[in-house]
Amino acid sequence: MTDPATLAGEPLFGLPLPDVWFGLLFFIFATFLFLDGFDFGVGALFAGREDEADRERLLAAIGPFWDGNEVWLVVFGGAMFAAFPSVYANLFSRHYLLMFAILGALILRGLAPEMYEQRHDETWQRWWGRAFVVGSVTAPFFLGLFVANWLLGATTIVTLPGVVVGLAVVALTVVDGVAFLRVKTRGELRENLRSTGYRALAAYLALIVATLGYVYVAVPALRPRLFAAPVAALVLATLALAGVYAAATRADRYYVAFGAAAGLVFALVGVVAGLLYPVVDPVTGLTVEDAIVSTLPLNLMTVAAAVLLPLVVVYFVVLYSAFSGPIEPGETY
Amino acid sequence: MIDPVSASRIQFALTTIVHIVFPVVSMGLAPFLIYFTWKEIRTGEAIYEQLRRFWTRIFAVSFVVGTVTGIVLEFEFGTNFAAFSTAAGELFGGPLAVEGMMAFMLEATFLGVFVFGRERVGNALYMVSAVAVGLGTWLSAVWILIANSWMQTPRGFELVTENGQPIVTLVDPIAAYANPRFPWMFVHMQNAAVESVALFMAGLGAYFVFRHYVWEYPVENVRFWEATLKFGLLALLITAPLQVVHGDLYARHVFVTQPQKFAAMEAVWETSSYVPEYVVAFPTSLGDLLDPRAKEIFGIGIPGGASWLASGGDPQATIQGLEEFEGPQPPVALVFWAFRLMVALGFWFVLLAVWGGYRWWRGELREDDLLQKALMLSAPLGIVAVELGWIVTEVGRQPWVIQDVLKTADGVSSGLTAAEATTTLVGFAVVYLALLALYAYVVARIVRAGPPAVTDARDRTVTAVTEASADD
Repeated sequence: MTDPATLAGEPLFGLPLPDVWFGLLFFIFATFLFLDGFDFGVGALFAGREDEADRERLLAAIGPFWDGNEVWLVVFGGAMFAAFPSVYANLFSRHYLLMFAILGALILRGLAPEMYEQRHDETWQRWWGRAFVVGSVTAPFFLGLFVANWLLGATTIVTLPGVVVGLAVVALTVVDGVAFLRVKTRGELRENLRSTGYRALAAYLALIVATLGYVYVAVPALRPRLFAAPVAALVLATLALAGVYAAATRADRYYVAFGAAAGLVFALVGVVAGLLYPVVDPVTGLTVEDAIVSTLPLNLMTVAAAVLLPLVVVYFVVLYSAFSGPIEPGETY
Repeated sequence: MIDPVSASRIQFALTTIVHIVFPVVSMGLAPFLIYFTWKEIRTGEAIYEQLRRFWTRIFAVSFVVGTVTGIVLEFEFGTNFAAFSTAAGELFGGPLAVEGMMAFMLEATFLGVFVFGRERVGNALYMVSAVAVGLGTWLSAVWILIANSWMQTPRGFELVTENGQPIVTLVDPIAAYANPRFPWMFVHMQNAAVESVALFMAGLGAYFVFRHYVWEYPVENVRFWEATLKFGLLALLITAPLQVVHGDLYARHVFVTQPQKFAAMEAVWETSSYVPEYVVAFPTSLGDLLDPRAKEIFGIGIPGGASWLASGGDPQATIQGLEEFEGPQPPVALVFWAFRLMVALGFWFVLLAVWGGYRWWRGELREDDLLQKALMLSAPLGIVAVELGWIVTEVGRQPWVIQDVLKTADGVSSGLTAAEATTTLVGFAVVYLALLALYAYVVARIVRAGPPAVTDARDRTVTAVTEASADD
């Protein structure tokens, strides 16, 4: 145990901890959006599957994973509360109704698969199936809207760029979900998903181009950051990753396509972080340095995260390797 | 429209009251699941696989509903209590973040292995996943209660003003997080969780045993339900007496550290010594309904009882009255009655445990109809006692959200409008009550479906083995 007196003085190891935590926060968010993203995508794809066996396979594919995936959102909330408490408070109280819309969608999304499996009569499963689809589509839509409003400093709930970003995030989760299901399923289902993946990817790229165009035209303050090296590189990386995704999907290189989908999510979140930095909340104008907690709790949190996050990676490796490969016949939710 | 402060308080109260049910079930079931899994792996007996699979289904549903209701709570600090979050984030955010990384992650990832992985992973990893899930549920409580205990007895901090706002800054993490209230809260809460599940198990088992032997309505898996009844009773015998003992010690700690809450628990208005412990108390006038010990009361009190309990043995001890504290008071009647009911339930559970234990020892567990009925009726009462306990803890410290540092009313988000707050309050009232009903419905279905049929590893005939194992 390090002595608290020394922890109160300087940032640990002389690291630029406010920046590190800003980066970590977006890394945690991107991890959430990638991992729970394929759960959302599977939920959206559930709508297009009428065959009962297909639907069971979709649910079985995410069954062991979604709980753990969603915890990344809880960790994101906790980390923001701990590192930037005033941003946490301002941002969430300002987007009050939107936050509750996200939470409502997540309640529906989380509950529906569990409920779907509880009874095997048609009416029950039809309604919980719909709830699963609605929750899975609205959760990423509202999340996209929230992030766009955050980035652009909007104080109203519905904004045009917010809606476009919301739709882009929905399309991205479908790309992600297709990539995941192509790893986890076999046969006809896997083949059928390929074209859905292409269409979702095309929609995603179109919506992102529209968003970046909007930012360029309507938000002059962000224009220089759009062309700064990190953001420009990530935009180019998105194009490259889209190419990799399409080629790998065509060639049935399932894991490569899945990796490309992950890259697309991380690139998107990276662009948001790059456009914001060094500001954490454009409405209040608070920068990373203004909003960070004082040194002692920051150092403590850093030690905790440095110990715990690698452990979390170990848990996920255990979980994903226990359930690796396509789902076996007979595996149910 | 309800004003934002009241709406936020009601909403937070409602969401916590509903949410707490599910962690209680998870935390309470955890030791049972670890034991059943261990016995299943060690002995290969079908009864343990049945117990493990049946209670895992209930655990999984509780976990899902607990997760979706719990995420809301975390974000409600930001949405509804932004002023509190800004002021106390330095101390309060850390434990929440660590809870997510250390406990919730452990539980949620290994739950995937535990629920879906029996056929996929080996015995050793399966056992590890059972322990990891259990450990995760208990560690969650550790971090949440570290955060909560700091709000009850805050220390290790300094109050500074930044941009005209009060900000709590951390100076001594050990004082803040190794808080003197924490051990009392943790032991009382964990024991209560196991006790609640034990009561539920005993009541459920009693129902099917009663149905089988008394109503002579043959129950297919009566051996399973008898085993459930016995495990429930055994756990109740351990937890019920403990709950009363440390509950008493905990109350003394409250007396020392939160005198205003203690005064509300006993409804003491004027500072006095030789304070009686009222078992019941009613005002004669309806206007005094909120003050259970207003003048001209009808009451039954044990002379010097409250003083004796507060001080740990001195009937002459002085209790500070509510009048000594400035500003608003907690809703005294609610705290007074919640405390009394909780204590009464605690003693009732001890009686049940002793009664059931005695009958079991005499080999008359099936014969005592009255005991079976009492157990059935008491099945949900553990959860009720937990809710009452949290009402005493949380309502009793009002008007403070952080005792003597920040008032609850000053912690509410400043920009929140009455329309927004009322909308979400109504929305959540509907959604949360629906969730509770849905949960009850699903648990009832799982119970009706009964334990899954399993084939024994050592003996193909399931019934022969379950009968043999339940008789020993």
